[in-house]
Amino acid sequence: MMKSTLKRVMPQIIILALVLAANVLVFPGFFNIEFQHGRLFGNLIDVLNRGAPTALLATGMTLVIATRGIDLSVGAVMAIAGAVAASAVVGGAHWTLAVLMALAAGAACGLWNGLLVAIFRIQPIVATLVLMVAGRGIAQLLTEGAILTFNDPGLIRLGAGTIAAVPTPIWIWIAVACAVGLVIRRSALGLLIEAVGINQTSSRLAGINARVLLIAVYLVSGLCAALAGVIVAADIKGADANNAGLWMELDAILAVVIGGNSLLGGRFSITASLLGALIIQGVNSLILLSGMPVEFNLVIKALIIIAILVIQSPRVRHSLYLLRASTGPVLRERPKPAPRTPQEEGQS
Amino acid sequence: MSQSTKLPLYITLATFVLAFVLCAAQYPAMASTRVVANLLTDNAFLGITAVGMTFVILSGGIDLSVGSVIAFTGVFLAVILRETSIHPLVAFALVLLITTGFGAAMGGIIHYLEMPPFIVTLAGMFLMRGLAYVLSTESVPITHEFYDWLQSLYWKAPGGGRFRLTGALMLLTYVAAMIVLHRTRFGQNVYAIGGSAQTAQLMGVPRARTTIGIYAVSGGLAGLAGIVYTLYTSAGYSLATVGVELDAIAAVVIGGTLLTGGSGFVAGTFFGILIMGLIQTYIVFDGTLSSWWTKIVIGGLLFAFIMLQKGLGWATTARIRLLTASDARS
Repeated sequence: MMKSTLKRVMPQIIILALVLAANVLVFPGFFNIEFQHGRLFGNLIDVLNRGAPTALLATGMTLVIATRGIDLSVGAVMAIAGAVAASAVVGGAHWTLAVLMALAAGAACGLWNGLLVAIFRIQPIVATLVLMVAGRGIAQLLTEGAILTFNDPGLIRLGAGTIAAVPTPIWIWIAVACAVGLVIRRSALGLLIEAVGINQTSSRLAGINARVLLIAVYLVSGLCAALAGVIVAADIKGADANNAGLWMELDAILAVVIGGNSLLGGRFSITASLLGALIIQGVNSLILLSGMPVEFNLVIKALIIIAILVIQSPRVRHSLYLLRASTGPVLRERPKPAPRTPQEEGQS
Repeated sequence: MSQSTKLPLYITLATFVLAFVLCAAQYPAMASTRVVANLLTDNAFLGITAVGMTFVILSGGIDLSVGSVIAFTGVFLAVILRETSIHPLVAFALVLLITTGFGAAMGGIIHYLEMPPFIVTLAGMFLMRGLAYVLSTESVPITHEFYDWLQSLYWKAPGGGRFRLTGALMLLTYVAAMIVLHRTRFGQNVYAIGGSAQTAQLMGVPRARTTIGIYAVSGGLAGLAGIVYTLYTSAGYSLATVGVELDAIAAVVIGGTLLTGGSGFVAGTFFGILIMGLIQTYIVFDGTLSSWWTKIVIGGLLFAFIMLQKGLGWATTARIRLLTASDARS
């Protein structure tokens, strides 16, 4: 189990190591971590800290994509959750209540998406598009178009504070990922989700309640998005309905894809998606540290993404496989006719 | 059969007419040629983009890069007209060549590397937005007598409405798209691939050529929309038209095109654009509603039309089931 997991995430670990090594090349002090004012400081901590929203979203998104779905609404849900938490705190509520309300809002959004996908059988990309378009409007309605600032120390600590010298967002995303991972992998749930993603009809015939699973998966994605939204709002001490979580859904989907999870559903690995999120954040930090003009940010990011995607594309993998099979020792087993998903080999 | 595929189109048309009549009943000024002309001018670039998006969605794909392509086109034109002395028409041709080639490249990657369009065009969106940043991060004004001349071209209708060149260009694009989709082999291939890519291939549809062609059309039309956008704003700005791809997708869906591909009409998209424009005009006329209501209403409309398509799908399958059941009995 452990060994196969390691084999599964090996490509992501190698890419992450390369990205981090490049970081060291442009900035030798990259791995230095200092302890000041009761808090750990360092570029590595920054990568982990700034990667928190993407990592949280990627956790939920991995499950959704494993069922052959996609959740475009997470960015808008982040904005809604931030707006709910901010307006609750401004209205005088305790910050724990505000967070709970934000989570409830996220759960409601997830439930809505899940109902559209599971009960009304609308394509996930369309079903979640509705909330993606309308959600930001709802968030603006909550904040009345302004950036709602707050000054509640409890809520701010979620984004900018520390626990045991480590920034809180790091604790939150690691805890959530571990909790989801344990529940999914220590029970049959993960297997059932994969079954739904590979073939929904046959999984239903095998007695899996696909509808409940689908709704649950979108619910988890909504909750993760709400948590990410609260962190982002707490970090800037305000809810910005226009820009909070803008394009975050794309980063989250990218993290999942870089993690080698197929958009066609089936086998998934949350660990690999989290590594994907860290790779994205590592690339961001690389561009910042290298002192290149920020204008080049997106171009470099796009080129790196294209390179990673080309390496992972089924067609290129198949040609590599054939190349190895034809030059290496004669294989006893017949080559697979057409590899469907990149991660079918590896990971049990 | 043709009845059920055309029904969403009729419903979109009816929605637009009903909405317009209701708006005009509340604010009689909305029925003036001035408002109608502005409806066309303000939505020209979005309308042209949505035509390309209709092609892509009819084939079962999606193109997220169009908003960035529009921004890139604007910045490219502004910078090249500032730095060099070439004629704008040459610049137009150059930029259309670039954007069409860019779309074709994305189509090639989608087809030959068997990658999902969603992810490929997402990378394309980053790339184009990034290139726009590299060219200039500031808003670059366009001052050229040829631009002034193009902007001064309009036909003044009775009632004071000015039907500008860009609006006419949009209408022309729709007519051309209709002819291509319904009267050429390429158009039929687009529908065939959207219906079922596998069946299309077995029937001898050239999949590679058609897929590349579809994304080239989308990229090229986004470039054209970019040109129209510069005529509209007289500037190129790399942060412009963020999220236009979503508006275009929404217009296509409201227009009754199935997002699974294979069924829909360009004419529906046209009325989808007009409905969205009408919502914005109404909010301006009302004066008390805030701009975020646009997003909420468009989201609601999207939802309504998706449910409508679902309902029609169910009704059709139920009828087929009923027919086959009665066949079996007799």
